[in-house]
Amino acid sequence: MDLNILERLKLPSEGIRVADRRLLQGNESICEGAIAAGVRFYAGYPITPCTEIAEQMSIRQAAVGGVYLQMEDEVGSIHAVMGASLTGTKSMTATAGPGISLMQDGIGWAQTDEIPALIVNVQRAGPGLGNATRSGQMDIMQARWGPNGDREAIVLSPSTVEESFWLTLKAVNLSERFQTGVITVPEGLVGLMREVVDIPDYDTVPIETRLMPDDEGAADPSRIYDGTMTEIRPFAAVGTEHRSINGNWMRPETDATHGVRMPLTGLSAQDYNIRRLHHKITKRRDEVTFVEEVYTDDAEVLLIAFGTQARTARFAVDQLREKGVKAGLLRLITLFPFPEEIVQRAAANANLVIVPEMNMGQIRGEVTRVLRQHPAEIVGVNHVDSTYIEPDEIMELVPVAARHLEGAAV
Amino acid sequence: MTTIEASPAAAPARKRSAPKPMEETIEFYGNVPNENEGKHFRYCPGCGLGIAQSAIMRAFERLELDPKEIVTVGGSGCYAVMGSYYQASQAHMGHGRAAAMGTAIKLCRPDLTVVTLQGDGDALAIGAQHFVHAARRNIDITVIVFNNFVYGETGGQHGPTTPRETITQTSPYGMVENDFDVVDIALGSGAGYAARTTVYHAQHMVRAIEGAIQHKGFSVVEILQNCHELWGKRNGMPTAPDMLKWYKDNSITAARAAKLEPEDILGKFIIGTWTGPERPELGEEWRKLVDRVQGGEVEAAKRGSGKPPALA
Ligand SMILES: Cc1ncc(C[n+]2csc(CCOP(=O)(O)OP(=O)(O)O)c2C)c(N)n1
Ligand code: SF4
Ligand SMILES: [Mg+2]
Repeated sequence: MDLNILERLKLPSEGIRVADRRLLQGNESICEGAIAAGVRFYAGYPITPCTEIAEQMSIRQAAVGGVYLQMEDEVGSIHAVMGASLTGTKSMTATAGPGISLMQDGIGWAQTDEIPALIVNVQRAGPGLGNATRSGQMDIMQARWGPNGDREAIVLSPSTVEESFWLTLKAVNLSERFQTGVITVPEGLVGLMREVVDIPDYDTVPIETRLMPDDEGAADPSRIYDGTMTEIRPFAAVGTEHRSINGNWMRPETDATHGVRMPLTGLSAQDYNIRRLHHKITKRRDEVTFVEEVYTDDAEVLLIAFGTQARTARFAVDQLREKGVKAGLLRLITLFPFPEEIVQRAAANANLVIVPEMNMGQIRGEVTRVLRQHPAEIVGVNHVDSTYIEPDEIMELVPVAARHLEGAAV
Repeated sequence: MTTIEASPAAAPARKRSAPKPMEETIEFYGNVPNENEGKHFRYCPGCGLGIAQSAIMRAFERLELDPKEIVTVGGSGCYAVMGSYYQASQAHMGHGRAAAMGTAIKLCRPDLTVVTLQGDGDALAIGAQHFVHAARRNIDITVIVFNNFVYGETGGQHGPTTPRETITQTSPYGMVENDFDVVDIALGSGAGYAARTTVYHAQHMVRAIEGAIQHKGFSVVEILQNCHELWGKRNGMPTAPDMLKWYKDNSITAARAAKLEPEDILGKFIIGTWTGPERPELGEEWRKLVDRVQGGEVEAAKRGSGKPPALA
């Protein structure tokens, strides 16, 4: 078991027992991570490159006593997921580009109405129908900004099959802790590749469950309103002693479940709640920010990458170091909330920041935004033809290394 | 409204307590500490939704359902606030998605009574796919369709049940599209129970809802509900009594309709209850499957191991 993965994801590793070692497909690894986290409801509509998640879930949910429900479309899928979650059941869906676009309505509801859910977008390439069998990183800003209205979103990106297991588990944990729809964006390449995974004994993994009204301390009125705009309220599931009211996010004074009302009504309640949907996550940024740093301490050339493209970037960093270039890699596991401070710190010594990504510069835009006061040059390497970025293409952008490459070509 | 096929049936035998005065029903189900306290209903004065809501509450009460075991799931429309006027749990969320959410709630909590509150637009335009597929799956939920012929909430535009030639906000010259028959779609999609009633026929409405909730499997109750404000006013029936009288004068029971010639029932509302063939219920089937898988009786099929199906 790669303990670094757990450490990066801030998952305690004590007590976890390895039960098996298997060659798993990324999609399978995602399923198993979800089941280990306690997901007992899956709804989806099949789509490449994540059909294996549906297939695997149809086998596994029956075996673990959960529910597999193949919906009529992705709109139905995300709403079924929310319906299941209203009963307190941990639930998820998986899809790809065209499906994630259809789901935006429901994802917005999950995040706004604070209904825990996991949404997996195994990214294919391209807009519209896209290129089904090709990998891409093009749905990044959509993951943050897809649904209407203003709310914060947690978006995570795995880069290996083993990391997919733990990242999926962590995503479920975070959806429960923050009561929101958490999105993961593994690329088609991660979903379809096979790598060795150490499978833990599921009874020994760290899992979290949403705060419920009968939990200790849940009745504390400050859970409902304390003026800090960070409260995460007890979740009243349907069919319990506590009346569950959903769809009323704007009007917290209707919150009869808790018997406590917010001292706000109307537009001030709306204002408070929209700010709270942001602050409940951004003010606890540490808990949702995960990165991997390689030689960032003294990096003069900083690579910022995510997902599979961080794997080639890592190779480029090693090559650059061999050539005496002080290169470093910041791999973003959390894409949103965007790890602003970490990017700023990692770039402190950099005069060149390179952002390789399989889109036209979605994360580069974020990097440029947070480094707007910084003198470093920020450049992208952008592939949108579904070929993977080669280390040489990154190295060409570094003057010393580029000279070396030219020399080699002669 | 042309439903005369299928089998008009009496609602199934049901356990029922003696009728109570409405005040008691309200005391039990309607005493909700929330933002509605001390405020009037948010429906337009005389709107049929008020009568429909009391019928729903009466049905709950007659079946002696504990409010804690009821979930109403609703979409967007004038009825969306209904859930906040009684004690049961409510999820009133995306427009048209109630049947999808209700299916999942019922699968996870088969012990709960799941009722969706939807409009003609909600259930049969934007949410039609969930409606027909929930019926096909025969999940044990009850879908109530408040059919007022228009999109009331957004100002009275035409919808999938707007009668031909009538005037709405977006059919100012008269509706040129054909309309859906809610009961036909329900039965054709696999519902085992479908009823049509009107807000004039208040007692019938209560029985239709009771029967639907008691029915094991997917059930639909279409309630013809007056929207005199937006539809009536544009079609010669400007007040609630005008429309109630219209329902009264133009409704025929299914039993009577079956004895009449087709031309005699043209343009009439056929009210009654229809039952379709009994089909397996999704939740039960899924739980049986889980038991068999967990008991080791059945394994996931391997590729290429199938046999040709014996098609019924
Ligand atoms: C996705 C979406 N599209 C459009 C709307 C606007 N909208 C709200 S209610 C409604 C129509 C409701 O019609 P119906 O279900 O018949 O209910 P009624 O208001 O007539 O009771 C529409 C179009 C919306 N809320 N959501
Ligand atoms: S607009 Fe029509 S349906 Fe809506 S509340 Fe008013 S009368 Fe009732
Ligand atoms: Mg309507």
